[in-house]
Amino acid sequence: MEELLEILGELHPDVDFETTDGLIDDGILDSLDMVTLITEINERLDVSIPPEEIIPENFNSADALWALIEKLDEI
Amino acid sequence: MTLNILEYLENTAVRLGDKLAFSTGEVGMTFGEVQKGAAAIGSYIAKKGIYREPIVIFMDKHPATVTAFFGVIYSGNFYVCIDEKMPDARISSIIENLNPRIAIANEKNMKRAVLLMGDGEVVSYAEVASCEIDRGVLCKIREKQIDTDAIYVVFTSGSTGVPKGVVACHRSVIDYTEHLCEALGFSEETVFANQTPLYFDAPLKEIMPTLKFGATTYFVPKVCFSFPVKLIEYLNKYKINTVCWVVSAFVQVSSLGALEKFKPEYLKKIAFGSEVFPYKQYKIWREALPEAEFFNLYGPTEATGMSCYWKAEREIEEGEPIPIGRPFKNTRVKLLDENGSEAEEGEICIGGTCLTMGYYNAHEKTSEVFVQDPTNKAYPELLYRTGDIGRYNERGELVFVCRRDSQIKHMGHRIELGEIDSAAMKHASVSRSVCLYDAEEKRILLFYTGECEEKELVAFISKLLPRYMLPAITKKLVTMPLTDNGKIDRRGLINSVK
Repeated sequence: MEELLEILGELHPDVDFETTDGLIDDGILDSLDMVTLITEINERLDVSIPPEEIIPENFNSADALWALIEKLDEI
Repeated sequence: MTLNILEYLENTAVRLGDKLAFSTGEVGMTFGEVQKGAAAIGSYIAKKGIYREPIVIFMDKHPATVTAFFGVIYSGNFYVCIDEKMPDARISSIIENLNPRIAIANEKNMKRAVLLMGDGEVVSYAEVASCEIDRGVLCKIREKQIDTDAIYVVFTSGSTGVPKGVVACHRSVIDYTEHLCEALGFSEETVFANQTPLYFDAPLKEIMPTLKFGATTYFVPKVCFSFPVKLIEYLNKYKINTVCWVVSAFVQVSSLGALEKFKPEYLKKIAFGSEVFPYKQYKIWREALPEAEFFNLYGPTEATGMSCYWKAEREIEEGEPIPIGRPFKNTRVKLLDENGSEAEEGEICIGGTCLTMGYYNAHEKTSEVFVQDPTNKAYPELLYRTGDIGRYNERGELVFVCRRDSQIKHMGHRIELGEIDSAAMKHASVSRSVCLYDAEEKRILLFYTGECEEKELVAFISKLLPRYMLPAITKKLVTMPLTDNGKIDRRGLINSVK
C-alpha cells in the first residue's frame, strides 16, 4: 500500500490519497494520469492491470485500487 | 451556392427537424430544437443592438453550447468559446483582447463569468434561449450579411505566451466543410463521437457535417478517455461509426491493451491528426479494425481547420512517416524554400478560400504569417506560412517533415531533430520519442517512452547517427507530457532537465 501511495503522491503531491475518495468522480485523475499510474503499477509493483479492470470503481480511491492490486496479485 | 453557415442548420431543420442532432448520451437536442434555440438567442442579442462584435460563451460541452454558437451567428456577431478548464489568467488575456460587451453563461459558469467579464454583461443561457423569436429582426440582419463576415474567434497559444485569436468567416468554414465532407465521405448516416474541446476549430469536423447532412454527433464524456473499455462500450452503445480524434486519444486506447479484448463494432471511419501517430499503436488500430477507413489529417487553425488528407489505402512500413497526402479540393499547398521559390522540400504554405481572416486585434502578427505569395509578383495573392516543413515522397504524396524551427545548428553542423527522433523510434522497445534542442544550454535532448533502458538506447542510436548528433541527455519517461491541445509539451520537457 505504501508503494502505491508513493506512486500516487508523485502524480499529485497536493492530494492526500489516504483520505480522498472520488479520484475519478471529482476529476483528480485525468486520462494522462491513468496511463502513468497503470504503467508505474506494472513496473514497480509488478502487477499488470487488464483493460477490463480499468474502470472508475477501481480507481476512485487508493483503497479501491489497492484492493484490485491485491486481487490481481493472488492470481 | 451556400453563402451563410446558417443555411446548413435551416435546411436540415426543415428536412429532419425531429432527428437527434447533438447529444451527450444523456441529454440531446434535435435539429428543430437547435434551430429554434439559436433563432431565439439571435433575437435576444439583436435586440440589444450588438452587431459584428465578439460574444463570449461560457458553457460546457453540451448541445446547448452549439445552439449558443449558432444564436450568435444569427445575430450577425461572432462567438468566442471559453472552456471552464482554462486558467483565469488565460481567460483574462482573451477578454482583454476582445473587450466583449456581452457573454452567455450556463448556471454552473455564471459566477466565474461575471468575475472575469469585468464591465461586460453576463446573461444566462436559459434566459436568452427562451426569448421570443423576432423573425423581422433576424431577416434584416440576414439581408445585410455577406460570406466574409466573421463567425467565430478561436484562440491558439502564441509563442510569446499571449494567445492569438484566429478569426474565421462563413466562406472559409463553408469551403472547409464542403471539401472535408467530400474527401472523407460523410453522410446523413454518419454518427460521430466527438473528443476535442469546443473552444478549438477541431470540433468543426463534427459540428458542421452534422448540420450539413443531418448526421448526429455525440459529445463523449471526458472520463471515458481515461477508461478505454468504457469508451468502447460508449461507442458501441450509440453505434458510433466515425471518429476524428487527436492521436493521443487513440494511443490511450491501444496502449492499455483494450483493443485486444474489445472492439468498437460500428466504427467504419477513423480520422486522426495534429500529431504523428506512433507506428506500433497505428498498427494495433489497423489490425483491430481491418475493414475501417483510416485518414491522416493535417492543417493549421489559420486555414480554418484541416488542409490536407491522406487515406490509408496501403500499409505503411515501419520508420516511414504516415503521409499527409494532398490538399483538399480548392486548397493550394506550396512548398517554399528560404528564397521564396517552390521546392521539393520547404515550408508548407497554404492558399485559397479556406484561409481565415487573420488574428484578432493583431495586425503585425497577422502580416508576419499571412503574406503575399512570393512567386506571384503581378497581383495580390495571400498565402499562410505554417512554419512546418514538408516534402513530397516518391509517390508524390505530401509528408510532414518537421517544424521549421526544429532545424538546428549544433557544433557547426546543421541538424534536423526529426532525424534523431526517427533513429530512436527504430528501436523495437521505444513506443514514442521526441527530440528537442535546448538553445540556451546548447544541447540536444531526447525523451522517450517504452521499455528500452536509457543506456541501451544510447548505444543503439550511436550506431545510426554521427557523433555530433547524439543527445546530451537521453531520458526515459513513463508518459509524454501533453499541453491542453493534446500536443507534446516541448517547453515543459526542456525545463524539466534544466
